[in-house]
Amino acid sequence: MAEKSKQISIWDAKIIKRATIDAFIKLNPRTMLRNPVMFVVEVGSVLTTLELVRGLIAPVAGVTNTLFELQITLWLWFTVLFANFAEAMAEGRGKAQADNLRKARTETTARRLLPNGKTEMVNAPQLRKDDVVIVVAGEFIPGDGEIIEGVASVDESAITGESAPVIREAGGDRSAVTGGTRVLSDQIKIRITSNPGETFLDRMIALVEGAERQKTPNEIALAILLAGLTIIFLLAVVTLQPFAIYSSAPQTIFVLVSLLVCLIPTTIGGLLSAIGIAGMDRLVQHNVLAMSGRAVEAAGDVNTLLLDKTGTITLGNRQATEFIPLNGIEETELADAAQLSSFADETPEGRSIIVLAKARYNLRGRELAPHEAHFIPFTAQTRMSGVNYDGREIRKGAVDAVERYIVASGGSTVPELRGIVERIAREGGTPLVVAEGRRPLGVIYLKDIVKGGMRERFNQLRQMGIKTVMITGDNPLTAATIAREAGVDDFLAEAKPEDKMALIKREQAEGKLVAMTGDGTNDAPALAQADVGVAMNTGTQAAKEAGNMVDLDSNPTKLIEVVEIGKQLLMTRGSLTTFSIANDVAKYFAIIPAMFAAAFPVLNALNIMGLRTPQSAILSAVIFNALVIIALIPLALKGVKYRPMSAASLLRRNLLLYGLGGIIVPFIGIKLIDVLIHTIGLA
Amino acid sequence: MTANGWLQILLFFAITFALTKPLGVFMTRVFGGERTFLHPVLRPVERLLYRLTGVDETREMRWTEYATAMLLFSLVSLLLLYLIQRLQGVLPLNPQKLPGVDAASSSTGFAASAFNTAVSFTTNTNWQSYVPETTMSYLTQMAGLAYHNFTSAAVGIALAIAFIRGIARRESATIGNFWVDFVRCNLYVLLPICLVGALVLVSQGVVQNFRPYDTAKLVDPQTVEVDKKDAAGNVITNADGTTQKERQTVTEQTIAQGPVASQEIIKEFGTNGGGFFNANSAHPFENPTPFSNFFELLCIFAISAGLTYTLGRMTGSQRHGWAVFAAMTVLFFVGIAVSYWAEARGNPLLAGTDQTASALQPGGNMEGKEVRFGVANSALWATVTTDTSCGAVNSMHDSFTPLGGLVPLTNIMLSEVVFGGVGSGLYGVLIYVVLSVFIAGLMVGRTPEYLGKKIEAYDVKMAMLNVLIFPLLILVLAAISSVAPSFGTSQLNNAGPHGLSEILYAFTSGAGNNGSAFAGISANTYWYNTTTGLDMLFGRFFMIIPMLALAGNLARKKTVPPSLGTFPVTSPLFTTLLVSVIVIVGALTFFPALSLGPVVEHLLMRACQTF
Repeated sequence: MAEKSKQISIWDAKIIKRATIDAFIKLNPRTMLRNPVMFVVEVGSVLTTLELVRGLIAPVAGVTNTLFELQITLWLWFTVLFANFAEAMAEGRGKAQADNLRKARTETTARRLLPNGKTEMVNAPQLRKDDVVIVVAGEFIPGDGEIIEGVASVDESAITGESAPVIREAGGDRSAVTGGTRVLSDQIKIRITSNPGETFLDRMIALVEGAERQKTPNEIALAILLAGLTIIFLLAVVTLQPFAIYSSAPQTIFVLVSLLVCLIPTTIGGLLSAIGIAGMDRLVQHNVLAMSGRAVEAAGDVNTLLLDKTGTITLGNRQATEFIPLNGIEETELADAAQLSSFADETPEGRSIIVLAKARYNLRGRELAPHEAHFIPFTAQTRMSGVNYDGREIRKGAVDAVERYIVASGGSTVPELRGIVERIAREGGTPLVVAEGRRPLGVIYLKDIVKGGMRERFNQLRQMGIKTVMITGDNPLTAATIAREAGVDDFLAEAKPEDKMALIKREQAEGKLVAMTGDGTNDAPALAQADVGVAMNTGTQAAKEAGNMVDLDSNPTKLIEVVEIGKQLLMTRGSLTTFSIANDVAKYFAIIPAMFAAAFPVLNALNIMGLRTPQSAILSAVIFNALVIIALIPLALKGVKYRPMSAASLLRRNLLLYGLGGIIVPFIGIKLIDVLIHTIGLA
Repeated sequence: MTANGWLQILLFFAITFALTKPLGVFMTRVFGGERTFLHPVLRPVERLLYRLTGVDETREMRWTEYATAMLLFSLVSLLLLYLIQRLQGVLPLNPQKLPGVDAASSSTGFAASAFNTAVSFTTNTNWQSYVPETTMSYLTQMAGLAYHNFTSAAVGIALAIAFIRGIARRESATIGNFWVDFVRCNLYVLLPICLVGALVLVSQGVVQNFRPYDTAKLVDPQTVEVDKKDAAGNVITNADGTTQKERQTVTEQTIAQGPVASQEIIKEFGTNGGGFFNANSAHPFENPTPFSNFFELLCIFAISAGLTYTLGRMTGSQRHGWAVFAAMTVLFFVGIAVSYWAEARGNPLLAGTDQTASALQPGGNMEGKEVRFGVANSALWATVTTDTSCGAVNSMHDSFTPLGGLVPLTNIMLSEVVFGGVGSGLYGVLIYVVLSVFIAGLMVGRTPEYLGKKIEAYDVKMAMLNVLIFPLLILVLAAISSVAPSFGTSQLNNAGPHGLSEILYAFTSGAGNNGSAFAGISANTYWYNTTTGLDMLFGRFFMIIPMLALAGNLARKKTVPPSLGTFPVTSPLFTTLLVSVIVIVGALTFFPALSLGPVVEHLLMRACQTF
């Protein structure tokens, strides 16, 4: 995956500054209420603040300990602020992306076509759906639309970050254009397909800013779990006071709130929305635009990937891989003739023949002066191409065409030739017969080349429990060969759009989730049916509307990355939840002995960290609890490291890392903070 | 600890393990409506019952219907028991001529004790705030209490089966028929085994009769000191407020009788635990020999262990059933090891006394234990009865060392999922499974799935509701009692941390539907009868309703076929995870309260202070 220039550093100074301010603005209780865990912390902070003020006005001898109380209160507020900061950071990164996009939405004027055939100049925002505009070279396209007349090269770098221009033309699957992109050549007539504020760019900006962010299903479920845990801990702490009174060891509000805040899952509670926003953000960085967070999560759950053969699995062009001479012909002679005939052939197939001849037989390119060589181009009628050079007449092409040529030149067909041709076809390749005059020389073996690294990719997917299905228009024989070579689990040959649709429905009936990519209008129903439908940005408007994601790079392989991002999003949530809960064990060992140190000195046996004083123990736990939020912001924004492996090994790895780690880390952290604040003399 | 003690514990567990599969297979067949070897005899009876009651056995119920049927049945049963208690004075089978329960307090309009007992037996708790020998007639014991021992157990098992169906079925609106499950459970599982089991107990000396109580002359007359009363029966007090005492010589002993064996067997097999006598399974007529003790222990674990196998069978993932069994096994051995160790070590404050086990003495802490059971079998009994919701006792938990007493308390606080109450243990642990799968399932990067069922917001909500009820009841009620001198702490016989343990234990035992008592607390008061009554009622039914809602929702879902990317619920890793979640959730909830109870008491005991 090429890293795009859109990548924003985690610690961008501007974003941090804005996030810091936002963290305070988010203290508004109405905003906080959306996050019950952090709302409880805020209420606790308010309570301790009031108590602190009361203590300052009317201190109670032997109870009031202003330094300790002030520090607890401050750190509680920090806990809330740190969580707000995390969310603001994630939003800030989104906003920075959005700003980049907004620059693309420069105010332009448009040439609107009137019914009488004349044009008028209007501002772009005045354009409505179904208006028709004319855009000429050098102008910006004023809105999303479909070309209804003409062909043009368009610079889409504002959206995709890709500087090479792309061709857009009326009719077919490359007719969609996006507002904010620029026409480089020619003139096109466009029918506008969206109203202002609803354009692709608008939606994209809203998405990355998180303005329309709705909680995803898993996020809601997790939020319920966290709220439930918060209530349980609230019960545990609220009822602890009566038990403490029974034991003649009543506690101050500072200690009780500290215990509560340390126990409730503030780590995940504080980072939950940041994780969600960052997940969308990561997709945008990969130039994929999800229409909803739900789709991103669904990507993580995908069981079956439908991949188009051409462009996704294979390079899309056939390449020469072998020269097969007839009996009695030297392989070098065939290669030489093949190379000669291809010098003028600019197709990828032709170039691959030259390259193969050079690589195999060290046949260098020769200077063929135009007066000595006469190139015969390929036509649909002859279905051959070739060269007349130095008295030689070399032809290459489909077997029927070349045989006709040989017979016409006075030669005769060789049965052996048919045999070779049929064998190649059977193996899924394309045979190209070469003849010189009336003498057949042999066959060039053209093959669909599977992209490098695909086999490993599919292996990884298999380990993750994802089945890959190759979709191709090839005959079953050819399809099977390529499927075997690429290592996909299954294939659909001679696929028509209906077949694709049927396959998706069949998989879904088994309870599986299906992801696919598509670009054509005839892909639209399948894209809509699939659980994750990634439309290519070069595709038609219908395809883009049917899918729930759009890939701006129009790279079908990216589906695999989309799946990984979806998984990473869920894994990050799960890991931090586990970490957060596991943390509580150490906090109990810090706070409980400290609370009852006066009433029951024997409880110091539970102070296994050997914390210096009760105040220092409680303070250290609260500080650790606050700092861990800050420390985990990068992890929340970047996501936990994803490695393709089976669920069992993933689980083992993450349980060790975040479960066991979550138990151990706070013991060390709290002890270190205790030593530090004791040394400074804060407690 | 002795090798002999451990040998008995291991033998007990080995037989439990051996029983798991046969019983599990048998229950799968029974609840699946398949033929068993009992069918030739019992199937006609089953049909007849349906014809008499108008139940259509082919009709399936949605979870709401299932819940309604179960609640209605429980309510009617509860009222029935209440009435039997109140009216026993005029009903037959009452050779001791005992008056109606709460006859004295009927002027207040609310018979707290009768209410408490009715709730207690309906909820499979069997908390007993009364003294059975002097309160309940034979009719009440049999038609009231033993009846509930069967039905409350059958309700629990039926619910567990319904929950398993929820997991196993796909795209189904229904989870079975409550009446059918209930009838089959009683007819094929509980009654036949209890019939045989009762005879085994009789062979050991457990009584079974309708005779009036026997009177025996004491070989060695005893002198006791009692409050001196005036002619009107009022206690005479001295000027300083103390009561005047007088000496009394006792020459006779009353020996209670009754249909004990028939009630004793279902008391263990249905994890009920309510004793026929006040001394419960410490009484020689309930549990006369080491063999009867061993046999009763096996009965307590049998059904719950078997249900893990049924879980595997019905869901088509036998290894999952065993993984759950393994998690329970781990927790069982941790409990028994701590409890046996703590009791066998004895009391450090009795430093000069020989507390080591030898041929002549069991050693360790023998206070409150029966000599015929010794330390190992007392610790094992306490662990097994609190792992499950049995609540029977063969020794006094109140007299255990603080750590020895912490084990039963903690076992119940983990919501009795170590095999657990019949049925309730399984659906309890499955709630934890759902939560474990949800938390850890996210870590594999998929929407969490449990045996192919996606765990979504609604499921988490129901699971959390179920988990929440438990600490809510225990902590709130115990907190109120601990700071209320007039009605809460005044009933305590011990001060300090031990007193707090007693209060905590009472409400934990109630909410967990265990029924065992830490004693030391006089719970037969208006406050405790009412609150523990509500504690038991809510602890049972408020946890069942979200559980059934979860089952209904799971049943409706599609099943996603398992793949390499699916969370594995069959591996040792899953077992470890499940154990961790159970321990961490339980520990995090109750650690603060426990630290002021048994934990500090243990530390203080080491510092030479007792309560």
